[in-house]
Amino acid sequence: MALSREQMAQRVARELQDGFYVNLGIGIPTLVANYVPDGIDVMLQSENGLLGMGPFPTEETIDADMINAGKQTVTARKGASIFSSAESFAMIRGGHVDLTVLGAFEVDVEGNIASWMIPGKLVKGMGGAMDLVAGAENIIVTMTHASKDGESKLLSRCSLPLTGAGCIKKVLTDLAYLEIENGAFVLRETAPGVTVDEIIAKTAGKLIVPDDVVEMTF
Amino acid sequence: MAGLDKRVATYAEALAGLTDNMTVLSGGFGLCGIPENLIAEIKRMGVKGLTVVSNNCGVDGFGLGILLEDRQIRKMVASYVGENALFERQLLSGELEVELTPQGTLAEKMRAGGAGIPAFYTATGFGTPVAEGKETRQFNGRNVILEEAITGDFAIVKGWKADHFGNVVYRHTAQNFNPVVATAGKITVVEVEEIVEPGVLLPTEIHTPGIYVDRVILGTFEKRIEQRTVRKA
Repeated sequence: MALSREQMAQRVARELQDGFYVNLGIGIPTLVANYVPDGIDVMLQSENGLLGMGPFPTEETIDADMINAGKQTVTARKGASIFSSAESFAMIRGGHVDLTVLGAFEVDVEGNIASWMIPGKLVKGMGGAMDLVAGAENIIVTMTHASKDGESKLLSRCSLPLTGAGCIKKVLTDLAYLEIENGAFVLRETAPGVTVDEIIAKTAGKLIVPDDVVEMTF
Repeated sequence: MAGLDKRVATYAEALAGLTDNMTVLSGGFGLCGIPENLIAEIKRMGVKGLTVVSNNCGVDGFGLGILLEDRQIRKMVASYVGENALFERQLLSGELEVELTPQGTLAEKMRAGGAGIPAFYTATGFGTPVAEGKETRQFNGRNVILEEAITGDFAIVKGWKADHFGNVVYRHTAQNFNPVVATAGKITVVEVEEIVEPGVLLPTEIHTPGIYVDRVILGTFEKRIEQRTVRKA
């Protein structure tokens, strides 16, 4: 069975370490906040200028001046700080964020990522994604392994305009967890019940299958 | 408005001198912390051919979106321009020019502009369409591109409180781009929810020192919410 969105978030959450500063993108990455393991404290960074994002407000505490990068109303947790966009991206560009999680359309064996533009369709903008992938050392991309038509999104070379070049080392799909090393995807974990053969069939870029691939458990 | 007293009484005074084809920098992220009354005054003035630099372009009928209605914006420099049907139409028809700029690069371009730095190198955008036509270099094995600073004829800013000297504090995440925008305008205009007596704002709490600010005006704000998300109490 392919992983659900919630299981993908749960799997990513296992990468969190106590004391991490983490930037979560829109979509599945946002759900990671719901699965922070017990006994671990992380500080969520929102690139509009908030370090220490808390849960959504109640109707009584909603505040138009308190939003996240998805423009949703949020709260600030204890220990939070608020600053300008320039300061926020100094943190990101300067490599101070410990983990960045974001979605993508495609990734390739060189660690390139395409996530913001499909030629011929209306382009709405890259927002902070290019800064995040260029600035972060530790990035996890979350995406479906293949399109609805079965076309692989793990490629030899991205076909879409890039968001960043050579910056991705870890990919979690609905089928597998992979790392990118020396011009190849390396299969590390399979989703429960998903065969290595299916992953091979749905990975267009060079794939290495080591002997010690493990099956994820939830 | 005299000497160090930056206060003006009307929005017409606040934007006096703004004419066709100027560059206007605007604070705000989505609809949060936007100078909504200054934008409305630009619409009332009817100036055209503007280059507007702002992270977003408002929504249909609110924020910078209202400047599209009479085609006052010629060029938009922004990182994300979704949520705006009129914007899409003018972009597709070629009436509106758009320069998409990564969000952090956009902030740094204005920070640099305000700080007297003409350009800077950044890894952001290397190997992407953003890098096209730009100088590239390598520092310590890292590929970077040269990005030029941005300054504006006018900077329009939304603050929370200001004093007569133009010292400004922002409220919560309504800060966003406002402090950098404030530094990068030839004329910087700040509209605030409250003007306080000199000395009320502590020197240690001021976000934007008055040296950057030319005019301060008191406004009332709708503060529209773009994505109302709540949890059960």
